Amino acid sequence: MTEMKTSISGAKLAPGSNLKKLSAKASAQQRTSWYLVSPLVMVLGFFLVLPILTIVIVSFWDYNDYNFFPAFVFENYAYLLTSPVTLATYLKTFKFMILVWIFCTTIGFTIAYFLAFHVRTLPMQITLFLICTVPFWTSNIIRMISWIPFLGRNGLANSALINTGVIDQPLDWLLFSDFAVVLAFVHLYCLFMVVPVFNTMMRIDKSLIEAARDAGASNFQILTNVIIPLTKPGIMIGSIFVVTLVMGDFITVRFMSGGQSASVGRVISNEIALLQYPAAAASAVVLLITVLIMIGIMMRFVDIRKEL
Amino acid sequence: MEPRSRSFYVLAAFFGLFILFLYGPIVTIGVLSFQGPQGGLTFPMNGVSMHWFYDLFEQQAVGDIWASLRRSFALGLMVMVVTVIISVMGGLAFRNKFHGSTPLFYLVIISLTIPSILVSLGVGLIFNVLDLEVHWATSGFGSQLTWTLPFGLLIMFAVFNRFDKSYEEAARDLGATSWQTIRYVVLPIIAPSLIGVALFGFTLSYDEFARTLLTSGSFNTLPLEIFGMTTNVTSPVLYALGTLTTVFSFFIIGTFLLIAVLLRRRQAGAGNDAGKGMV
Repeated sequence: MTEMKTSISGAKLAPGSNLKKLSAKASAQQRTSWYLVSPLVMVLGFFLVLPILTIVIVSFWDYNDYNFFPAFVFENYAYLLTSPVTLATYLKTFKFMILVWIFCTTIGFTIAYFLAFHVRTLPMQITLFLICTVPFWTSNIIRMISWIPFLGRNGLANSALINTGVIDQPLDWLLFSDFAVVLAFVHLYCLFMVVPVFNTMMRIDKSLIEAARDAGASNFQILTNVIIPLTKPGIMIGSIFVVTLVMGDFITVRFMSGGQSASVGRVISNEIALLQYPAAAASAVVLLITVLIMIGIMMRFVDIRKEL
Repeated sequence: MEPRSRSFYVLAAFFGLFILFLYGPIVTIGVLSFQGPQGGLTFPMNGVSMHWFYDLFEQQAVGDIWASLRRSFALGLMVMVVTVIISVMGGLAFRNKFHGSTPLFYLVIISLTIPSILVSLGVGLIFNVLDLEVHWATSGFGSQLTWTLPFGLLIMFAVFNRFDKSYEEAARDLGATSWQTIRYVVLPIIAPSLIGVALFGFTLSYDEFARTLLTSGSFNTLPLEIFGMTTNVTSPVLYALGTLTTVFSFFIIGTFLLIAVLLRRRQAGAGNDAGKGMV
């Protein structure tokens, strides 16, 4: 980018003959850039853009019990948008999303704050940060399964509570409930908040904090007036991850609720299982629009490329 | 050094609890996978044995676990190599503004944030409409790339944001061609970061579930196989498999981190200052 700027400002100063040479160089650079991104464009074209277009087209198709076929009907949308189930499902999904976001943001910010401002040496910071991120690279499904011995009717949580005399009947709502869904979401996706927030915090100029301290700010004032405002871009990136991951999820909700809770993603996966592809496609289009609107709003508050 | 404040100890305790929250459950199933032959899915332990691990090697009733492991491993390697190559090329290209760079960047963001089931559904539909057969190495491979490439690219953006351009300019001033500059200056400097991209490429593919669900065809990858087991296996053999895959993941992560450390050390040891090219 800077190179581009210098070549443009250079072109302004250069006499006429050099101008042509420079613009030739710029267009050669354009060509090189395009060669370099062409594999990326091909992959995203065939496996992202084309699938989205196909979903949009198929959402207008018709289907019967065993097949789906080209048509141009609005029934899929009419049914979807007038069904009270849709509204209930979206409300439920939003509920999950908001709860998970609150927990992930609180926990993620606290952890990142501890790592960035209370751990004193860089090797220690990196070590603790890596310990936090390792589970991210392991299987989500295994991490969900691993809650069973903890939360089950005869699980660790219930036996501990009974042994200490807090309760005398095992709690049924620990596993296969909305509670378990939110817990698993926070467990799986908290790292998506820790990482960008930590990254942003590490880039805060420490002299700003010293300046605030010299000006007489308390630790709490430094936190609320310096650190939190400067960490907002990181929180925003983390939020984009958490929100989109929860909105599109179907497997965590299905597994952790024991099939009792609904979410938008689950509705789509159920329709797919019933081979009602046009109905699934219409649900998918509505979900995609919802998610894109939410990302669009959040992207207004952050320049992702600058923050990396 | 000034003494630790009280808030340090409170936060350190919170951090400890967080680590327990992250690792506790996985340690629990690690312990429970050594259940005795009569043991169940929860505590108490009914003796200690390797029974369920042996079971994993013998019992083939639920499907072929080892074949699915081999598939996942091969697919992970394929996705890793392609992710590294395309991400580096994309990262290099995105250093300059070019026609369409902004829309392409937004497309990358959409690729990252789109609900995975939509990719699965869309790719599945395309193959269905075109009357092609879905297979993990074709449709599954492509679907996974839509998940790993954005991560790879974002890492490359972060790397090039910290890249000291004066090294490149110096090479150019000494008469290096653009290919020589990339081959002998840029790539050695960014090499350790590429380990990170490779790690993301492999592990995100190896653990990927939703995008592979409708695109892998009749041969399951390991996460699909494990998910299938959750619905019909109710013995600790599930934990044994979970423990084994997690240990395998740790091994992979450890290997990548080790390579990264060795690369940096070799750079430093050979009097090579490539590592200083990052600001």
